[in-house]
Amino acid sequence: MNVYTPILVLGILAFAFAVFSVAAATFTGPKRYNRAKYDAYECGIEPTPQPVGGGRFPVKYYLTAMLFIVFDIEIVFLYPWAVAFDRLAIFGLIEMLVFIITVLVVYAYVWRRRGLEWD
Amino acid sequence: MNILAAVGIEVPFTLPIVDYNAIAPLLILLGAGVVSVLVEAMLPRGSRRFIQLFIVFGALVAALAWIFTITGVRVITAEGAIAIDGPALVMQGAILVLAILGALLMAERSIDPSGDAFAARASALPGSEDEKQFTARGYLQTEVWPLFLFAVSGMVLFVSANDLLLMFVALEVMSLPLYLLAGMARRRRLLSQEAALKYFLLGAFSSAFFIYGVALVYGYAASTQLPAIASVLTAKPGQTSLALIGMALILVGLLFKVAAVPFHQWTPDVYQGAPTAVTGFMAATVKIAAFGALMRVLYVAFGGMRWDWVPMMWIIAILTMLVGSIIAISQSDIKRMLAYSSIAQAGFILVGVIAASPAGLAGALFYLIAYGFTTIGAFAVISMVRDESGEATNLSKWAGLGRKSPFVGSVFALFMLALAGIPLTSGFIGKFSVFAAAIASGDTWLVIVAVVASIIAAFFYVRVIVVMFFTEPGPQTASVEVPSVFTTIALAAGATVTLVLGILPQPVLELVSNADLFIR
Repeated sequence: MNVYTPILVLGILAFAFAVFSVAAATFTGPKRYNRAKYDAYECGIEPTPQPVGGGRFPVKYYLTAMLFIVFDIEIVFLYPWAVAFDRLAIFGLIEMLVFIITVLVVYAYVWRRRGLEWD
Repeated sequence: MNILAAVGIEVPFTLPIVDYNAIAPLLILLGAGVVSVLVEAMLPRGSRRFIQLFIVFGALVAALAWIFTITGVRVITAEGAIAIDGPALVMQGAILVLAILGALLMAERSIDPSGDAFAARASALPGSEDEKQFTARGYLQTEVWPLFLFAVSGMVLFVSANDLLLMFVALEVMSLPLYLLAGMARRRRLLSQEAALKYFLLGAFSSAFFIYGVALVYGYAASTQLPAIASVLTAKPGQTSLALIGMALILVGLLFKVAAVPFHQWTPDVYQGAPTAVTGFMAATVKIAAFGALMRVLYVAFGGMRWDWVPMMWIIAILTMLVGSIIAISQSDIKRMLAYSSIAQAGFILVGVIAASPAGLAGALFYLIAYGFTTIGAFAVISMVRDESGEATNLSKWAGLGRKSPFVGSVFALFMLALAGIPLTSGFIGKFSVFAAAIASGDTWLVIVAVVASIIAAFFYVRVIVVMFFTEPGPQTASVEVPSVFTTIALAAGATVTLVLGILPQPVLELVSNADLFIR
């Protein structure tokens, strides 16, 4: 049983975080009605009916998708480190810091170049 | 407490050993690239150019200086992924020097009356209202510099990658910025964007071949490290079919980068469409980087399969020399002509690669260095020859140019003679050392074909000289713009090295022969 305690603690932490986030958003966020908010979520555009001519996507989606992949991959690399960070010791910490800082540079660039604004 | 240990899984782990001293030039360049991105993001537009130029030249000079302090280092580091050896250091040094010249060309702002050679905003649609507005506002962008630094970092890593996976990463770090740089020309936007798209699509395709080959070779050798592949090849000499197919696919990816026939189709379009400064930089440095990786893969990993790849490389070398030389004759655009010339030159260098001897390696290294300086100088001249619509790249506009501007005409004639391989220029020594090495290795027939191809190639190089000097200048003859100190330095360096390597080649010949072989 002892072996599974960390997993149990992790589960409780994850659940608590989810409850906290949803509750915090409910209490602190503004509540403005918008019909689009109640539609099924499908990456921003109406899935049906199919638009005439196949539908053209704004190129902005590409930027968002690229950004998503950058940070997604960052997480992918964080996981193995999180599992073995104590063995990787100070070497692993420095390597991960360098990695995170480089990704942060990307973030700073995109933010300053207004890549995060939709219009 | 470690989670894996908690559930009873013991994973042995040792820290990797990295020789930071040996890879410091690479780290300097990558660090400078990151800082350069931050400069683009954080600083106001007006102050960026000065700081970017400071970073770029500072990083290139610092990396070059560091290489001079580690000339004796022969080490495989980063858990076998990076090999810093004689040829790698020579090529890294050559790439850095040529990158300095390329950066000088790209920094030029006196030739084009509307600013520099790069589009005011490359993302605007060609001919659109947006683009006209950005151009009218006189926007000059400095985003080429981070791209430039990352491309150079990729090349520096590419020539010392000792692991096929790392080699693939270096290939992409080198290529992706180059695809973008090719699409940034201020004038003839459509041609430039076409060049970038073609280069990107075909480049991505060739990268896919490369990585597929890596997968097959891994299936054979259970390792992606070049020396490990070599030792498996000696241990299991009988069952090499997977390794053969894998090697062929890897070679497709690498031969694409050196622009060997039949993987050369992108070259003329990209050389023509890219901004001339970028073309010069790319033509000189990518050739060195790609040949470095090609030779390392062939010699270190597949040296034991020499009798399998030599016939294939024979055919490719002969095709490359002949197709490059013959098609160049029919070109009327000087940039396209130099593109086909670069294909033919790749064929000549392949002759040295096929020799697979210390002399062949030294010859190929010398040829690459000589070719790099000559090419970058030739493109510097092309960027200066203009008429009212921009660069005058059509050969008809060059008629009489040598009489109108004798000095620039003579310098360009020197470059043409060097590319043709006339004695007293660097091109002659390069061809001589490569051909001599091939004859010593018993490839006499290949050398005979190469000499025939050289004679064909000499025709179109000399034709440019004839057009420049033996025609009266007419009203449509382009004029030579006076460049700023940037292009002047690059041009002077290109011409000086071309001449000095032709008359006094001994120091560089010693440098490349003392570079030893690739370490395994």
